[in-house]
Amino acid sequence: MSYEERLQHVSVLGAAGKMGSGILLLTAVEMADLSLKPENRGKAYVLNAIDVSDEALAGVMKYLKAQVLKLAEKKMVGLRKVYAHRADLIDNDEIIDQYIFDVISLVRTTTRLESAYDSFMIFEAIKEDPEMKIGIFSKISLNNPHKPWFFTNTSSIPITKLDEGAGLNGRIIGFHFYNPPAVQKLVEIIKAEHTLSEVEAFAQQYAKNLRKVVVPSHDKAGFIGNGHFMRDILHAAAEVDKLSNEFSFVEAVYALNKISQDYLVRPMGIFQLVDYVGVDVCSFIMSVMNPYLENEDLHCHLLDNLLEQGIKGGQYSDGSQKDGILKYEKGRPVAIYDPGTKTYVSIGDFQSKVDGKLGSMPVPPTWKNVVGSKSKDEILQVYFNGLKQTSGLGAELARTYANRSCAIGQQLISSGVAMNENDVNTVLLTGFFHAYGPINDYLK
Amino acid sequence: MRRKVYMIAGYNTLSMGTGRKEFNPKKERPGLEEYIREAGQGTLAKIGGAENVDECVIGNFMASRFNRQANLAAFFPYVDEGLRYKPAIRVEGACATGGLALMSGIKSVLAETAEVVLVIGVEVQNTVKAIYCADYLAGAGWFKNRKNGHAYFFPGQFSDRAGSYFEKYGREKTRQALARWFRNAIENARLCPTAQEFHNTVHDLEGQAKMEPNGKSFVDHLNIFDCSKVSDGASAIAIVSQEGLKRCGIPVSQAIEVKGWGQVEEDITKPPADPTELSTTKQAVKNALAYAGITRDQIGTAEIHDCFSIAGLMCIEAIGFAEKGKGADFILEGNTSRTGRVPINTTGGLIGWGHPTGGTGVHQAVTILEQLTGMAGDAQVEITADQPYGLTVNMGGDDKSLVSIVYKKAE
Repeated sequence: MSYEERLQHVSVLGAAGKMGSGILLLTAVEMADLSLKPENRGKAYVLNAIDVSDEALAGVMKYLKAQVLKLAEKKMVGLRKVYAHRADLIDNDEIIDQYIFDVISLVRTTTRLESAYDSFMIFEAIKEDPEMKIGIFSKISLNNPHKPWFFTNTSSIPITKLDEGAGLNGRIIGFHFYNPPAVQKLVEIIKAEHTLSEVEAFAQQYAKNLRKVVVPSHDKAGFIGNGHFMRDILHAAAEVDKLSNEFSFVEAVYALNKISQDYLVRPMGIFQLVDYVGVDVCSFIMSVMNPYLENEDLHCHLLDNLLEQGIKGGQYSDGSQKDGILKYEKGRPVAIYDPGTKTYVSIGDFQSKVDGKLGSMPVPPTWKNVVGSKSKDEILQVYFNGLKQTSGLGAELARTYANRSCAIGQQLISSGVAMNENDVNTVLLTGFFHAYGPINDYLK
Repeated sequence: MRRKVYMIAGYNTLSMGTGRKEFNPKKERPGLEEYIREAGQGTLAKIGGAENVDECVIGNFMASRFNRQANLAAFFPYVDEGLRYKPAIRVEGACATGGLALMSGIKSVLAETAEVVLVIGVEVQNTVKAIYCADYLAGAGWFKNRKNGHAYFFPGQFSDRAGSYFEKYGREKTRQALARWFRNAIENARLCPTAQEFHNTVHDLEGQAKMEPNGKSFVDHLNIFDCSKVSDGASAIAIVSQEGLKRCGIPVSQAIEVKGWGQVEEDITKPPADPTELSTTKQAVKNALAYAGITRDQIGTAEIHDCFSIAGLMCIEAIGFAEKGKGADFILEGNTSRTGRVPINTTGGLIGWGHPTGGTGVHQAVTILEQLTGMAGDAQVEITADQPYGLTVNMGGDDKSLVSIVYKKAE
């Protein structure tokens, strides 16, 4: 079966979720573009959007329509050629409307898993629950006569475990998008022990057609992205504990968030990133990864305590940030949650005190100014040289943080998760929008 | 000319769109009627009010699509109640609309049906994204060519012209000249507070303009810096007889006189015979100069229709400032800069000031009025006694509807 044939009947599981809806969008567009090739006219293309809630699926269709509109506007130059044979479509807006219709009409929303029994390809983006995934994969595999291929978006569960559990005989691969899939350029591709070579070849082709940057990761829980991110959280949490003599909880959280954003020149601070992903999601990913790790306990009391008090973060359906460890106004942190008093304490109340204790620091370049700059490397080297020569608590915390981030990266290589330094850095640069990779010589 | 015809009391609104700090596509902005009113009232305030006006002309290209509005002449009483029950007309000729509106006013004065004509040109285009704007503006071409045209129809047309020009006369020098054209436009716009690029602070403008064109996302031979702006804006001016001048109480020193014009049409259904030449423009300018009885060497400043940088370059050759194929040299030698032999587009032109399509022809007249009467403020260029004339070239479609006017400071 060719690449194009396989994409004639596809199902996305968890299609109403944040990741699932993005995968649905990208796949719908790829399938529509295939269907619009002259040689494929008249062939049927079906994309099942499967999820548990009809209401959520209705929302997905609205999302699809809005996203395809934006995309069509961007690729209008090419679309005029695609629809050149249609004498009735003259203005750009007529062509755009037709394209939206052509993409949307491939998609069938349904709450019935049985729809997947006819598909050649299954994309899965459901809850990070190994048992649930295995159960669903087995059911589809047993009932689907086409021996479908499974592309799982898991960010933490070893693929080999899913393959063996569901008896797929290598018809599975980890195809891990970053959030949001339509925007983020990175995908991690993770082969299970017995992943079929044709499945991998398809994955590479699919990623290429979606213009994604591919980083291969070994099949070790958490892969590269979460492998770094989760340990980064643990480091920050441990530092918050260490600062308890010096600072209150909210002050220490503020300090580490500031250090990890401003002084490490990252797009957001570590605790803001946890809120972005969701406190619950981070905690859950750790619990999924933990059983597979040797000599390491991936477990964060700080997150667990907050979760017990109902602090979850995450995002609203329009993509805006919910309050979590931090409280937000217009997307900016304004207060920090204090588990002791169960209230948010305004950052303004303690900011100058903490900043004073952190001591004088070299003025860091802003992430925004560095990330697209041609002289990025030079700017960062000058800044980190300054940081090296600065004494005081803040500078010490920043250096320790950067060194730990580097060590985590190296650990990912030595433990066989990542193939090389470049792959680790690419994931952090592309998937996390860092201005520089964690494995670097800036502080040497 | 059977009667002297003057222009006075020019007024420009801001040219609003990308580039202006005030512009936010997500926020509600003034609509068509606000621009019409602001420009109209601006000119009325200078000429002693609506009671001095005999007739009105409004130029607008495509409000029917951009704003879903027609019957624009009926907005004059909205500008000022004093204009109720007075004759008014709306004219359209694509991007030459403004020039045609002026011609309509000039002819009313010449016909002695009016001593004072209020002329407004307006377009409010930021109601839609550029990709839809391209559809609306494509109305300036023959609709039967739309289907096979580029997504960005007019950039596509002029990209094709640029491609032919590059092939015939060399790409590198021409692209350098187009980059210089952009730089001149922006530097001039920075001197004019109503210009869309007034806030532009880019240091290396020529470097920016040399960006390689990308045919996959835009057109093959031009980049976005080669293109005029998508603009919301209006301009107004009063066209008056000698009697009208007195009635409005404007001193002669603040007026320019219309010395001649060329108003020319070419067949919209036909492609250009020679894509490296603007032959209709050439004819219009030739007629205007002949009418005024002057040579091009007597022109001290010109406002020309640089809807695309390549159109500006070809227009220079059409006027005859440079021979065919020598336009790039003429620009690169600095002849068109504000201190050059003939400063062109002294407030930025369509690329720097902006291009509210139906308003552009009127804006050109306002700029010439300001320059020839010494009222151009920071944008003022020197007008010498041996080059006392101002020239405008206003083009509709791909060299189809043309209005060229020669002016001189009134005496």
